[in-house]
Amino acid sequence: MAAEAGKVDPMHQFTIQPLFGSGNWEIAGYNIAFTNSALWMVISAVVLLLFVMGGMKRELVPGRWQMAVESFTGFIDSMLAANIGPAGKKYVPYVFSLFMFILFANILGLMPLAVIPGLHAFTFTSHFSATGVLAILSFAIVLIVGFAKHKLHFFSLFVPHGTPLLMIPLIFVIELVSFLVRPFSLGLRLFVAMMAGHVLLEVLSGFVINGLNAGLGIGPVVSVLSFILMIAIVALEFLVAGIQAYVFALLTSLYINDAENLH
Amino acid sequence: MPQIAQLSATYASQIFWILLVFGFVFFVIGKGMVPKVMATVEARDKQIASDLAAAEQARNAADAEEEAWRKRENENRAKAQAIISAAKADAAKTTEDRLAEVNARLDTRVNEADVRIAASRDAAMYEIEAVAAEAAGDIVTRIAGITVDDATARAAVKSAMRH
Repeated sequence: MAAEAGKVDPMHQFTIQPLFGSGNWEIAGYNIAFTNSALWMVISAVVLLLFVMGGMKRELVPGRWQMAVESFTGFIDSMLAANIGPAGKKYVPYVFSLFMFILFANILGLMPLAVIPGLHAFTFTSHFSATGVLAILSFAIVLIVGFAKHKLHFFSLFVPHGTPLLMIPLIFVIELVSFLVRPFSLGLRLFVAMMAGHVLLEVLSGFVINGLNAGLGIGPVVSVLSFILMIAIVALEFLVAGIQAYVFALLTSLYINDAENLH
Repeated sequence: MPQIAQLSATYASQIFWILLVFGFVFFVIGKGMVPKVMATVEARDKQIASDLAAAEQARNAADAEEEAWRKRENENRAKAQAIISAAKADAAKTTEDRLAEVNARLDTRVNEADVRIAASRDAAMYEIEAVAAEAAGDIVTRIAGITVDDATARAAVKSAMRH
């Protein structure tokens, strides 16, 4: 993402590159190159694994690490209990995996690893081809649970209680569309939020670099101001990283609630 | 925007790897480890709850014990009080009886003394009458020269003494 001819391309950070010469790996004609995106998925998963493993000591009086892991599982558990009720318990593994995987991906993607030459943090949640898969997964669970539990009665989800008879066809169509939009909104929201933050940081860092290169004058002032702003925005981005993971998990649990309990 | 520009070249790899990695996360971490973590939490909550219940029970038992002790204590106190008051009443009654007996004895003695005094007085009176009658008879004999019989003198003395 370094500047060429003094320009910083804020979109370059999202480029996917095959690693370790895996560019030609294929299964059934589909390219499955092990890319930097895939690497960061694996890193997120490994860090998450290490994190949860630290909480597996299963002591009666928990240490700090165990406490942290338990607070995350407790958080997901209470969120599902609040949104779905007692039936939410069985979704804890899925929603926990989803929430923690996205959270770790978001936060690891913010790590300033680029200060070490040759290393670049990559945020795979800023790719809708990744977030879309998770969104479709959640949506598929909703569909499977809904139809398995309520059979065709699941379609009554699209007709809210107390709808006048005359309005039912219209409401049904509206509700159906809003239902079908869910996977897109779910996946796009995360992708857009993560990408926007990273682009903003990149643009500001471009200001810092170009300001310093501009020599004495207004340039360094712009650099300093941009740098201060960047610090604030990095803090905001950490907040967004948590909030977007939370929103993804929360909406997933709300959608599962529709499937479990209709309304 | 590489997300779109590279989409056709990378979508298969993206989907493949995220399914693989998320599958690992879900089955190993979500399915394998999270339930154990939650079981630990549950076991701890249960332990705490049972410990609290045991403590509550122990406290109730202690309360009941104390209540019983207090009741016993009160009973004992009441019993002691009853014994004391009975003893007091007994003593008072004995004293009273003795006093009454002594009183009665004194009364009879006083009465006897009164009777004796009255008898003595009567006797003395009689004697005084006799002496007075005799003296009156003598005086009459000496002054008037008449002899008065004893009965007349006595009657006169009696009537004189009455006034």
